[in-house]
Amino acid sequence: MISLAGRDILYSWSKFVLTGIGLGLLIGVTLTMAGVYRGMVDDAKALISNSGADIWVVQRDTQGPYAESSSLRDDVYRALLGLPGVSRAANVTYLTMQVRLGNTDVRAMVVGYEPGQPGEPGYLVAGRQITRSHYEAVADVKTGFQLGDTIRIRRHDYRVVGLTRRMVSSGGDPMVFIPLKDAQEAQFLKDNDAILNERARTTANPTLNRPVVPGLLDAILASQNTNHNVNAVLVQIAPGVDPEQVASGIRRWKHLQAFTHLQMEEILVSKLIATSAKQIGMFLVILAIVSAAIVAFIIYTMTLGKIREIAVLKLIGTRNRTIAGMILQQAMGLGLIGFMVGKAAATVWAPFFPKFVLLEAGDAVRGFIVVMLICALASTLAIRVALRVDPATAIGG
Amino acid sequence: MKGFGIHIEGLRKRYGEGDTAVDALKDVNMTVAPGEVVGLIGPSGSGKSTLLKCLGAVIEPTAGRMTLGDEVIFEDGWRIPDLRALRRDRIGFVFQAPYLIPFLDVTDNVALLPMLAGKPNGEARQRANELLAALDVGHRARAQPSQLSGGEQQRVAIARALANQPPVILADEPTAPLDSERALSVVRILNDMARQFRTAIIVVTHDEKIIPTFKRIYHIRDGKTYEEMGLGAS
Repeated sequence: MISLAGRDILYSWSKFVLTGIGLGLLIGVTLTMAGVYRGMVDDAKALISNSGADIWVVQRDTQGPYAESSSLRDDVYRALLGLPGVSRAANVTYLTMQVRLGNTDVRAMVVGYEPGQPGEPGYLVAGRQITRSHYEAVADVKTGFQLGDTIRIRRHDYRVVGLTRRMVSSGGDPMVFIPLKDAQEAQFLKDNDAILNERARTTANPTLNRPVVPGLLDAILASQNTNHNVNAVLVQIAPGVDPEQVASGIRRWKHLQAFTHLQMEEILVSKLIATSAKQIGMFLVILAIVSAAIVAFIIYTMTLGKIREIAVLKLIGTRNRTIAGMILQQAMGLGLIGFMVGKAAATVWAPFFPKFVLLEAGDAVRGFIVVMLICALASTLAIRVALRVDPATAIGG
Repeated sequence: MKGFGIHIEGLRKRYGEGDTAVDALKDVNMTVAPGEVVGLIGPSGSGKSTLLKCLGAVIEPTAGRMTLGDEVIFEDGWRIPDLRALRRDRIGFVFQAPYLIPFLDVTDNVALLPMLAGKPNGEARQRANELLAALDVGHRARAQPSQLSGGEQQRVAIARALANQPPVILADEPTAPLDSERALSVVRILNDMARQFRTAIIVVTHDEKIIPTFKRIYHIRDGKTYEEMGLGAS
């Protein structure tokens, strides 16, 4: 038996291909939306993995340093180093800001870290790690910075000495790594006018400026102009030690919040990007409904255009299931063309998105199944019409 | 084939019920022998299409008896459980317009019926090509229906009707869209095919060009048939 659907598709292939391309672009958008969500999850996981930490120690009652702001004194790490099971601990700061290169701004997450300690970028694709205590930076390639570029962070210029890859914040902003002291200053130090005003204000305060206590005012002014806060302490534990056991010890005895790898992943994936995920989920549902409506409309219209032929086919003895199969196969064919176009389109345009778009093979397979199911469902309307065609309509009168 | 091609006795068809009931066919009697072509003529609303639909097993008569070959197919109800198979295997249809399937080429338009009947594709296409050659359209076998002239399309439609070698063919105004020459050519073909394949052919027509060609004519008026000898008999 010949394939009626195949012959019809070949006969009106231009209509099918053009419709398939239109549908495919819609499917491409759908696959890309799924890719955006996967990219967000992957960014979050990359952020956790790249930090090199087993435990994140942050301010008590916060879910920092990525999901909420957190502030700790920078000597906390010494106390943590003394805990059983802790092999390394290091301060880090995180600040999302605009980093200038010439006349252009790049939104980046500036990370302050101590070279050679947890928090240092794991691998470089070009250049070297930071070796000086100040004014050197390692940047993710997504910033667009090149080796040797001079970038401006707050009041100081930094020379890019190394480039790294896939070092992004949970929001997808590329990272710029600078020495911890510089980062503390960038995050917490006020500008010169504000410092002068603050000094004048303190000097004018008789409680703080007491001539009978020599050195008090200088000490207070000095404390105002220096900063000893960091956002988190990254802890690496000794091999074979249970991270949760160490984290619970930190929570209990150091009165700080400590998150293990799994807990931090939970915060980033389930809480930080949960709203975005729901947003994307809504888009996916709407796009699926729109795709179904388009396929249903196209197949329905095409079937209405063949009512006389269907009546003749029924009159000459074609089974209902053959006619239903023809319509179903056409809908599936349309879905197949649409999926191939959509997959190709998503693959082509994904790298041009500003944030990471991760097109997973599993999503493509799931997408293909959903497209086929939608097409099958959408064809039912047309099948209903076709099955109700009276073969007698082929005979005049 | 033994006995009559098709034999109809006291066929009735009523639409609706009660006060709104309409008797489209009141007493139809007709006999068409194998190899014979008869005309069925009548004014609009006389019941021609209803009769054709009853004969084509697409609507159910209210009463009467129909025999196809030597088998009773209707007697106060269908005696055949699978009417679709009956239409496919034992009744051929030729319509006013050819109604060929536009996305199938000429061969497959004809071969489709044997394929639907379960014949292998090769055998079905061979049968189609033989019929197309017999109807003088063999050279257009690979063409699409849209590439054929009106006369060629109608010949392909006749080939399709003959594809499963049915004992009866119902032709509904088969010459209406054709000029005199082509109309007479189609009638000639129908007569040749009827003789060659021993098929009983009923031609519903208004076409005065072809009415004189029939040996026997059934007039249908107010749901009743009246038989007369046609000029084609002389």
